[in-house]
Amino acid sequence: MLLDKTGNAAADEWRHLADDEAAPEGEAVSVSLKRWERDHNALKGRDAKLGLHLPNTANPVALNGEVHRFALIALEFPNFKDGRAYSQARLLRSRLRYKGELRATGNVLRDQLLFMRRAGFDSFEVDGGRALAEDWAKAFGEFDVFYQSSSDNRPWVMRQRFPAA
Amino acid sequence: MYRYDEFDRRFLDERVAQYRGQVARRLSGQLTEDEFRPLRLMNGLYLQLHAYMLRVSIPYGTLSSDQLRMLAHVARTYDKGYGHFTTRQNIQYNWIKLEESPEILADLATVEMHGIQTSGNSFRNITTDPFAGVTEDEIEDPRPWCEIIRQWSALHPEFSFLPRKFKIAVSAAAKHDRAAVKMHDLGLYLRRNEAGEVGFQVLIGGGLGRTPYLGLALREFLPKRDLLAYLEAALRVYNQYGRRDNIFKARIKILVHALGIEKLREEVEAEFDASSKDGLELPEAAVDAITKQFTPPSYADAAGDDAILQRILAADPLFARWVKNNTHAHKVPGHAIVSISLKPPGRPPGDCSASQMEAIAALADELSFGEIRVTHEQNLVLPHVRKAALHELWLRLAEAGLGSANIGLASDIIACPGLDYCGLATARSIPIAQVLGERLAAREEAIGKLAIKISGCINACGHHHVGHIGILGLDKNGEEFYQITIGGSDDEHAAIGAVAGPAVAAKDVPRAVDRLIDAYLHLRRGDERFPETYRRVGMNPFKEALYAAG
Repeated sequence: MLLDKTGNAAADEWRHLADDEAAPEGEAVSVSLKRWERDHNALKGRDAKLGLHLPNTANPVALNGEVHRFALIALEFPNFKDGRAYSQARLLRSRLRYKGELRATGNVLRDQLLFMRRAGFDSFEVDGGRALAEDWAKAFGEFDVFYQSSSDNRPWVMRQRFPAA
Repeated sequence: MYRYDEFDRRFLDERVAQYRGQVARRLSGQLTEDEFRPLRLMNGLYLQLHAYMLRVSIPYGTLSSDQLRMLAHVARTYDKGYGHFTTRQNIQYNWIKLEESPEILADLATVEMHGIQTSGNSFRNITTDPFAGVTEDEIEDPRPWCEIIRQWSALHPEFSFLPRKFKIAVSAAAKHDRAAVKMHDLGLYLRRNEAGEVGFQVLIGGGLGRTPYLGLALREFLPKRDLLAYLEAALRVYNQYGRRDNIFKARIKILVHALGIEKLREEVEAEFDASSKDGLELPEAAVDAITKQFTPPSYADAAGDDAILQRILAADPLFARWVKNNTHAHKVPGHAIVSISLKPPGRPPGDCSASQMEAIAALADELSFGEIRVTHEQNLVLPHVRKAALHELWLRLAEAGLGSANIGLASDIIACPGLDYCGLATARSIPIAQVLGERLAAREEAIGKLAIKISGCINACGHHHVGHIGILGLDKNGEEFYQITIGGSDDEHAAIGAVAGPAVAAKDVPRAVDRLIDAYLHLRRGDERFPETYRRVGMNPFKEALYAAG
């Protein structure tokens, strides 16, 4: 199940292509980094939206210049305790000014959703049954006080205390 | 002291409500233990051998008397009537019920306390010099910077799932390091540069555990305004490149030594140069407002106190001994910084009963502007006591069982909870500390300053690597053995101790320590301390004494 940035169920227009699967025209598809590196000339010529799955060992800064070709970048949490994708998300949003959809995939759980949202993710691939049973949408509203400026552009405490600064 | 404003209070209330929900979901089975574990750990709740343990954060070791009374209330209401102060200036309770933990955190929130990030793979409590703000040996008060880092590091959106825990210590003392800064993942010394500006020297990669390292200089001088942006750069490098395949190699010290400090510095500086400083700048008004919260109290004119104290000292040698060992120079004339020993020989180091906490809170109100500090040696401090009040304070501390005059001496032992409580331990620490404390108390004045530190396993929570004499508990085929290291130090002359030789059986530890001390007393020149003698003569004379036949 796909959740949007408010935690509500959303339709998923994307299909992920296996590395050896032909890229269809006119359909939003995402590819692996490996596939992108191999076939980027062909993929650039397509007349449809393209997404990229980035392993959490890749440095997104290496995509500089190409990053805006992707309407979707999916980052992975192989295990919810592995937090590398938070830094990838921050680099994409803050350093590369990436404006497309940033999707969290893998072991995405309710109690990490707000961290992910704050780091710049705006869609979440989750276990649908659990998301309904545990009312995951509520996770986004558990806090309204934040001590850091981050990629969700919510006000943070230091700025709220000193608006003029 | 820093007092919460509406934002801090609201944040903490939201955190308590969130945790209450998490516990309810765990108890109803919606969360697996594997999923719940990191959530409870981020609120300070561990599962130990016999029960849950709750570690409560004491930011930079500073407590108000109301907070200490609340800690007493928690000890009495939810635990067995005592708490244990830790080497990271926190307190932990060893007999907690999971179902009651949300209530405890709600109680603590009423006095601006919590267990946030006292465990888990994120920032831990920011620690500092327990004499901060009252010692003369200080460039400026480090506590505002601790508070700034505390706020920035609370539930950080990028760094809450690091490869491993991350400990930061700050000190502004020019000569003496009372915060073990070099043993931290990241250490900050406030320093003045050649232009006379105050900034930070940044150290990285210190830590004990199974691979002990002292921190290395990452940046010699960091302007204050860049502090958060620089920390963010360093943490981003660690979050991306720190090892996650092996929990024992996941601390930043391993990354520092795998890359080399030069390469790591290049990475951090490049990240710092490239990163946006938006939202990380520290407006002067913000720094000023936080600094103002640490304004010194209005001290009385105590110019006559020295003469009064001198007269009492001459009349009472036991009191004089306590004053010599347990009080320290204060920057304001006629005042003293007082250490309260939580190491009465024969008792578990760092333990404090609810009634003792209440007694200390009352004394703090009467004699120390309601303020208490916690030291990494597991003792407490009253930071602002008039010298004329010391005698009364000493008598009343003694009534509460807190009159031990052993600060910095052989029975002022650091020990982890060990196998009496901890699920990771391989041997007991507390009984060894108890036996040694009782045995050494009689001759500790003759020995002078001596730091004995005991860990119940290689994770080194008892800091044995940096003990003048370090004792590490091991399990050898079901029997407790203790490996002895010597020559370590955790101050401005920080050093990792060296292993003296084969481990000794539990029953032989007291005799082994006696022999090392005898050798030191024989070898020392003048007022040389143990590590200085060790550095001068080397391991051999100590080793020979330790393993001599008979």
